[in-house]
Formats: sequence, structure tokens, C-alpha cells
Amino acid sequence: MSSQELVEIRDVNFAYDSRPILKGINMTFPRGRLIAIMGLSGCGKTTLLRHIGGVLKPTKGYVKVDGQVIHELDQDALYLMRRKMGMLFQFGALFTDMTVFDNVAFQMREHTDLPEEIIRDLVMMKLHAVGLYGTQNLMPAELSGGMARRVALARTIALDPMLIMYDEPFAGLDPISLTVVGQLIRRLNDALGATSIVVTHDVQESLKIVDYIYFVSDGAIIAEGSADDIRASGEAFVHQFVYGEMDGPIPFHYPAGDFSKDLGIQSRGADA
Amino acid sequence: MAITRSLRGIGARVVGGVWRIGFGTRFFLMTLFYSGLSFRRFRLTVRELFFTGVMSLIIILVAGLFVGIVLGMQGYETLKRYGSESALGTLVALSLVRELGPVLAALLFASRAGSAMTAEIGLMKATEQISAMEMMAVNPIARVVAPRFWAGVISMPLLAAMFSAMGVFGGYMVGVVMIGVDEGSFWSQMQSAVDFQHDILNGVIKSVVFGVAVTVISLFEGFDAPPTAEGVSGATTRTVVQSSLAILLLDVILTAFMFRGE
Repeated sequence: MSSQELVEIRDVNFAYDSRPILKGINMTFPRGRLIAIMGLSGCGKTTLLRHIGGVLKPTKGYVKVDGQVIHELDQDALYLMRRKMGMLFQFGALFTDMTVFDNVAFQMREHTDLPEEIIRDLVMMKLHAVGLYGTQNLMPAELSGGMARRVALARTIALDPMLIMYDEPFAGLDPISLTVVGQLIRRLNDALGATSIVVTHDVQESLKIVDYIYFVSDGAIIAEGSADDIRASGEAFVHQFVYGEMDGPIPFHYPAGDFSKDLGIQSRGADA
Repeated sequence: MAITRSLRGIGARVVGGVWRIGFGTRFFLMTLFYSGLSFRRFRLTVRELFFTGVMSLIIILVAGLFVGIVLGMQGYETLKRYGSESALGTLVALSLVRELGPVLAALLFASRAGSAMTAEIGLMKATEQISAMEMMAVNPIARVVAPRFWAGVISMPLLAAMFSAMGVFGGYMVGVVMIGVDEGSFWSQMQSAVDFQHDILNGVIKSVVFGVAVTVISLFEGFDAPPTAEGVSGATTRTVVQSSLAILLLDVILTAFMFRGE
């Protein structure tokens, strides 16, 4: 792995019991880039993020972050590595018993010996960066969905991570919040010089902001390239996904038996 | 065929139960292992002491008072048959300090604080707060579980003591103030009959053991709860049922060890 690549995934296979989830995945994430992993729900996108974060171990292959094979690290080394990572969860995962301020300050208090005055200034800067300066005394229950996602983003970047992972950051957001969060992801990536991985199935918003896209279907990569490559892709599944077509390789109907048989229509017709 | 199926079902439940006991024991040992933070940053434990201990005070004090009042009335009726009404203080105090205080306070603690702990941790898991903590390189056992464990262990004997004290007050109100038992003999017989080591200390030991059992069950059920509404609700129910049974079973075992037969 060259020093230009922050994350390298090589031949990663993973299965829950006997059900394969990832099948020989190869991906590379160069430093400073914003890369999306797209695909249908349940195709293995979040499982991939969990491998990068060291929550899951591959049954075959490896994930390297900053030159270290993640699943070979002991707990102390893994926690040390995770301090250099940030992860934004699907619905923010804010600590509901803490104020916005305490949520953003959480990692600073846990991992540094900074005095409270400096922590205060840093928290305000992070909140200002996501446009939520002034909300520091609110509780998570008092925030809208979009605001909660932005507070979670401020918490994610609290220690200026080198790698930021986003798990469905656009899920359930109104169009304005969606644009705001999308632009923040891009701007923060560039301002911090970080590498970002966005797991999403929101095509339109993510194609506007990302540098490169991996398309995953049924645990394998079926397409990759820039936003323009993906838009022009001849792969039938990618085309159906990007343009939101109702029928295609992913059929509208669940693959079940013949419905007319279930209603008894065919047998009555045969009797007649 | 039906017999085979039911035998297989019983076997699966037994094996599942043994696995859970194993996971629970490992969880308990990990909680002890990662307890350092609970003492280094004691304010985390103090905060949980407020939620588990202070917030349980009202139900404990009110229940203690009611139990003491009932003990006073029932005890007076029984003792009067033998002309020993003056021993009412002894009866009330020994019943509470040895048995009713630790057991009833633990049962109430399991229903009030134990179920709350399970629901809170279960919901933290369901809303990915536990996963977020792990991804922030913060060990949830050390940060979330251990402070709650020590808060439960510390608050349980204190709550049991307050339950007993309120119970004695209830017995005094009924026996001395309302019925007219001699106040001097009520207190003096109580003082001479209640032994610090064999009565009070054994009661404290019981309440500490109950505190450990209830808190470990509550935290484990929350941490192990499936991250769904149904999963959290089931875990909360299991906490109350298992804690209650564990308290009564441990009470039998501890009483057998403490029984002197004199």
C-alpha cells in the first residue's frame, strides 16, 4: 500500500453464520478523497464500514488503515487507531442524557487532558463549523433531525480525525437539511484534509459531492468510477439505481410463486 | 415425534440458559476489570448514585413506613396473646434488620432502578449510542456499565438501612403512639436484643449481595437486549423477574449460612 492510500480493502469476505455478506471486495481509498459506497439496503455497505472500524473481522482478506491490518490489532491498538477515525451514524447516535455541548466535548474529555476553557472554545468552533453555534445548551430531544445530524457531525470531527466514515448521512432529511449536510461533508473533508467514506443510497446528493463511487450489489463491487462514469454506466443495475427506475434487474415483485395459482384462478380456468 | 420435539426444545432452552449464565459471568468479570474509571472519575459514579439511589428513596421510605406499620399492628396482636407487648420493638427491629429490610428494599430496587437501568442501556444500544462510544475508542463497559454497577452496589445497603429505619419508625408510631405500648420498654428491649454483628452486619451483607445480583442482572439484560422496542421491553421484564428470583434464592442461601440455631 502506498502512503497515498489511507484505507485498503483486499479480497474481503464475510458471512453471518453461513449467509455470505461480502464476497471478495477490493477497494482503495486515497488520502484526502471523498468516496461513496452505494448500493441497495442490505447489500453489505454498512458491514464494510464496520470492517474498516474494526467492529467485524473478515473471514478472508484484510482491511488496512494507515498501513495497519485492522483485525490484527489488539484492543489498545485498535482504540488508538479509532481515535484517528470519526464515524457519523445513521441517525446521529447522540447521547440523549447529555447537552449538545457535552456531546461534542465527549471525546475531548475522554481522550485529552485539555482544560475546560480550551474544550469550551474548541466545542464552539466545531459547532460554528456546522452552523449550530448557540445550540450548545439544548438537549438532543430539542433538535430537529437535520440539526441532530449536524451536531453528530461536529462530535465526529471533534478530534480532527484523518478518516471520517458516514453511515447513511442523508437518511430521513428534508431537502434543505440534505443539501446542508452534503455540503458540510464536502467542506469539512477539504478543510480538515481528511479522507471520507460515505455509505449511502441517496444518489443525487452524493453524486454532487463525491470524488469516486463504488457500487456494491449482493456483497460484490459491480461498478466504480467518478460521478460522470456512474451516470453514463451501461450496467443495467447501476442505471436502474441511479435513475430510480421501477423495474429492471431489481424486479418490482418479490420473487415468489404464481399469485394467480394462490388465488385459485388457474385451477378454476382449467376445470372449465 | 412430539416427544422428540419437546425434548429438543427443553435441551435448547437448557443449553441457551447455560450460555447466558456464561456470558453474564464474563460480563460481571469484565465490569470488575474495567472498574478503575469509576473510581478515578468518581463523579461518574456519583451521578449514577443519584439516579439509582436518590431517585429510589421515596418508594423505599414509603414502603418501609407501611411495612413497619403493618408489622407493628400484626406483631402487637400476636405478642398480646402471650403478654409480651413490650417486646414489640424487638420483633419489629429484628424482622426488618435481618430479613424484610434487605429483601423488600432489594425487590423494590429491582423494580424501580434495575428496570430503569435495563431500559436505558437497551435504548442506548438500540439508538447506536453504545456503538458510537466504541467507535470513539471509549470502552462502554468502563464508561457506562461500571459506574452504574458501583452505584447500585453502594446504594443498595444504604436504601435497605433507610427502609429498616422507616419501618422501625412505623412500628413505633403504631405500637407506642397509637396503641400505647410503653416507650421505654419498646426502645430498651430493641437495643438489648438487636446484635450488631449477627443482626445488623448480616443484614448489610445480604443487601450488598442483593445489590450486586440485581445490578449485574439489570446491566447485563440491558447490554444484551436485542436493539428493538420488543427486545428492550422483554429485557426489562426479564430483569424484574430474574432479579426477584435471584434475591429470594440468595436470601435462602445466605440465611442458611447465617442461621445459628440458638
